[in-house]
Amino acid sequence: MKRAFPILAVLTAALLAYGTYQALVVAPTERTMGDVQRIFYYHVPSAWTAFCLFFVNLVASIAYLIRKNPKADALAVSSAEVGVVFCTVVLITGPIWARPVWGIWWTWDVRLTSTLVLWLIYVSYLVLRRFSDSAQTPVLAAVLAIFGALDVPLVYFSIWFFRTQHPQPVIGGGGSLDPRMLHIFLLNLFTFSCFGAMVCWWRYRLEWLQREVDEAQALESLMGEDGPGVSARAGARLGKISASKISGKPGPQ
Amino acid sequence: MNSIKFLWAAYIATWLIHGLYLGGIARRYKRLRQQMKDLNGK
Repeated sequence: MKRAFPILAVLTAALLAYGTYQALVVAPTERTMGDVQRIFYYHVPSAWTAFCLFFVNLVASIAYLIRKNPKADALAVSSAEVGVVFCTVVLITGPIWARPVWGIWWTWDVRLTSTLVLWLIYVSYLVLRRFSDSAQTPVLAAVLAIFGALDVPLVYFSIWFFRTQHPQPVIGGGGSLDPRMLHIFLLNLFTFSCFGAMVCWWRYRLEWLQREVDEAQALESLMGEDGPGVSARAGARLGKISASKISGKPGPQ
Repeated sequence: MNSIKFLWAAYIATWLIHGLYLGGIARRYKRLRQQMKDLNGK
């Protein structure tokens, strides 16, 4: 899997370049909004990717609460962080699109406000993970993630249940889209999903490496402080961790 | 409607955010690999 990463990363970069070219050059210009409508090709896929990553975070958090598996916890924190990045893109490109079309940068309607709340919930999750040293932090964060995920369907369905400034969904919302636009939109949806998965995978590897370095440092300090028996055991374990990082094989947990 | 500048602003903002984030991950990854090598060398 480790060898596949650079190949998949190059393929994803090529897909992103192709998707961007299609969105900015090939896609037909929308009649009423003009060129600014092309923001749609990365605003909506970014939102979709953020939702998928928050769903991964939900599943990983539930898995962690049930099995206490550190890999599930690492996946939860990785997917939340990458999801926040994509959600940030949504919150920035949305107002840039709204300004020329609605005449305002922001309005406190249900879709926009619930998206902002979603972003704030996951930023709180990351702040909790970053600054709390308690052993219970992963459990508390997992519970917060489950409550946070409840906001995702609210964001998605808000435009169906409430009157809102935000347009109805393109697919399944009663609207129609030019087939060429739909094709490019679906291409970008797939491309951004691949991009999100790749970044999350990379972030997961970073999280795992961070935990191994922390463990190795803790063992090293143990070797310095305790007696020869503890030092020998800690030394053997540290050797295993270091060897696993050099060989690329998974280390001890 | 002169909307092209908004399109470019959104495009640049999107890839600036992703670029900064990916750069941050790359820096952290490099630092951790170095720390692991140092720990192994001791």
